[in-house]
Amino acid sequence: MEIADIIGFDLCGYPSSPQQILPVSAEYVYQLDNGLTLVGEPSAAFQSAAFSLLVPAGCRYDQPAHAGLAGLTCEMMLRGAGDRDGRKLITDLENLGVERGESVGVSQASYGGSTISKSLLPALTIYADIVRRPQLPGDQLEAGRAVCLQELRGVEDEPGQKLMTELRRRYYPDPWGRSSHGTAEAIESLAIADVERFHAARYGPNGAILGVAGKFDWQQVCDSVEQLFGDWPIQPSDDSVEEVEGRTDSHLSYESNQSHIGIAFASIPYRHPRYFEAWSAVGVLSGGMSSRLFSEVREKRGLCYTVYATLHTQRDRAAVFCYAGTTAERAQETLDVTFRELVRLGEGVSDDELARLKARIKSSLIMQQESTSARAGSLARDWYHLGRVRPVEEVAAKIDALTAASINAFLAENPPQSFTAMTLGRQPLEFPDAVS
Amino acid sequence: MQFRSHRLANGLEIVAECNPAAHTMGVGFFVRTGSRDEATELAGISHFLEHMAFKGTPRRSAEDVNREFDEIGAHYNAFTSEESTVYYASLLPEYQSHALDILADIMRPSLRESDFEMEKKVIVEEIQMYLDQPPYGMDDRIKQLCFGSHPIANSVIGSEASVTALVPEQMLHYHRDRYSADNLFIAAAGNVDFDALVTQAEQLCGEWEPTGASRATPPVVMEPAVEVKPHAVSTQQYVLLLRDAPAAEHADRFAAKLLTTIVGDDSGSRMYWDLVDSGLVESASLGHYEYQGLGMFYTWLACEPDDMVDNLSRLQQLFEAVERSGIGDEELAQAKNKLKARVVLGNERPRSRLFNVGGNWLQRREYRSLTDDLESVDSVTVADIMSVLEKFPLSKHATVTVGPLESVGDLA
Repeated sequence: MEIADIIGFDLCGYPSSPQQILPVSAEYVYQLDNGLTLVGEPSAAFQSAAFSLLVPAGCRYDQPAHAGLAGLTCEMMLRGAGDRDGRKLITDLENLGVERGESVGVSQASYGGSTISKSLLPALTIYADIVRRPQLPGDQLEAGRAVCLQELRGVEDEPGQKLMTELRRRYYPDPWGRSSHGTAEAIESLAIADVERFHAARYGPNGAILGVAGKFDWQQVCDSVEQLFGDWPIQPSDDSVEEVEGRTDSHLSYESNQSHIGIAFASIPYRHPRYFEAWSAVGVLSGGMSSRLFSEVREKRGLCYTVYATLHTQRDRAAVFCYAGTTAERAQETLDVTFRELVRLGEGVSDDELARLKARIKSSLIMQQESTSARAGSLARDWYHLGRVRPVEEVAAKIDALTAASINAFLAENPPQSFTAMTLGRQPLEFPDAVS
Repeated sequence: MQFRSHRLANGLEIVAECNPAAHTMGVGFFVRTGSRDEATELAGISHFLEHMAFKGTPRRSAEDVNREFDEIGAHYNAFTSEESTVYYASLLPEYQSHALDILADIMRPSLRESDFEMEKKVIVEEIQMYLDQPPYGMDDRIKQLCFGSHPIANSVIGSEASVTALVPEQMLHYHRDRYSADNLFIAAAGNVDFDALVTQAEQLCGEWEPTGASRATPPVVMEPAVEVKPHAVSTQQYVLLLRDAPAAEHADRFAAKLLTTIVGDDSGSRMYWDLVDSGLVESASLGHYEYQGLGMFYTWLACEPDDMVDNLSRLQQLFEAVERSGIGDEELAQAKNKLKARVVLGNERPRSRLFNVGGNWLQRREYRSLTDDLESVDSVTVADIMSVLEKFPLSKHATVTVGPLESVGDLA
């Protein structure tokens, strides 16, 4: 079956779970004078500890002629920092057992790692070097550039992913729908001075968030973070954005066996007071194998292998993105059935559907507590979205308070009705009238 | 943390790593059957049967199965490989009994003809999806090229033609023969009530018949053949290299894993520094996979088509260098540090422990604690690794490449 679990926790990150497990995370917040926020969740139940460092250095800051600069900068950051060259840096992290990962989103660059508990502080020491004192060696620029170009090419061979990337670009005004990959033309034009300028302008404590979860001593981590980041100079703050309409075409021609269908419609972001209503409505649509899309499109009609909808949330905007991949001759029917379910959602959800969803939410919350890296990421994202950690009681209360009536009231006021769609395959498909 | 096991009179085994401190649990049925157990005309039937298990039983409709799993908030799924089919769920301990009831029930599915034809369509879509992502279909091709008629080379998903030709009666027979009491077992990990698990398994599965199902494990002959498959739509060129390696039963498997970590891990390995860090390739890695009676060293590489021949030549030099000059103590120490941290990190969740407990039982009918694995990693020496390399030199392998290239000259 191998069905992806699409319930959206990866996107919004729940701060906490029922009390039987957790310390109250809100107590573990430490603000540095320069703006960096440390959010922690110590727990003796683990052998590991994980961290997630968010820096406001996402691709929204790329000038169009430099599309891909945020990504190239992130790539260059690990090629030597402090007094370690690139090789020594990676080797030392590996000897500490750090499983690491970096990524660049629209608004932030994210540096994360998890390791056995005793290696946490030495790892953070290295990461302070990485974000504050990268060497950005000019003689490695070509290698870094080549890595970025390879990634860009790789996306071309994953039609489903490519479609959804392009749909995001079309749905949101630029820069909000960007992918960090940029363009080959821009990447080829970038010089090491561009990378240095981007680092100087965007990497700093102002707006930076460090989430730490797992087995660690809170006071010790506060002291270390103060020592490692306390004198990090504040970077200039320029968040001005000029929004430009996204792309307007609706079909990408591609010699694939399957037709890939993407549909988007408006929703509300994580920090909106009615987020939980919006999010659970999407859960009824696409969470678990008894959800509407899975059941109507795949189980009852056998139209496709993959179909899902997910609520994608940024801080100030959000949308539901829906995907289905199917063979060309059944693509029109797949589109029609999927679309019908999206519209039908506006008519409301039932008590039974909500009860199942709550059961899944409850177990998801508890399962998330069993992964330190999931927790560290959630803490940091929670702080970014809300400017605080949502206390345990609040989340539990919000979930408990959900009723079919409250969700349906939201859906009645905000029915899915204006859709943006895109297809990728040999032939374009016919969209219903409500689709642009 | 306590390991417990029990065997019912009909041969069905129940194994669990019980951890009362955990907040969740994982439980699953592990069936000792997969594509290597399929006759030619049955290609794809194990995977198809895995789909059909969710389509209903005498006690439950397909909708009931999905709805009930969702009602207890379970995260559930199933997968099929060359030699196993696994159905599992992660859940809160209070739902253990309900989860086992559903899982045991779907081990005895109705296999109704209308569902059979409907689900065929879903599998055809799954096949088409893989065909659009060219390197995926190639893993089947390279197994055939490398291992010839050995059953391990059978395709897990089958082909559109083989799956379309299947009829329900074939599946009924296959199910009867392979899903027997002595050819599957229940594994669990986390906050498990083991006594209750055994009592319920006795009620639900106690009447299941054993069949004495077995598996052919012919000797392995590796053929270092080369094949180029043109795929004009691709942007990148993909390369797979395959050869045999230490098997699941063999103690050498830990040395094999350290060897692949040193040579081909996706970060900090020799291949990483030579090919990935330099941007010569999009990705390159080497892994060790273990099966009953054989293992595989599997190399994967993606790069720009024009650079492929040069990259493969670099890779070959790298393999020859490690065979010729061996590995250093520092490299080994680094790989051990990395692997041990991975073992710890990868086993904190009951769900991960479920696959560890189930996997060890599947392969060796043994229980291995986290500490056992850490000690096994620690005890590997440079000499152990060189001995693996001598038996299974990385420089000898089958090669398949797919992408825009029509031909690639002499790659052998």
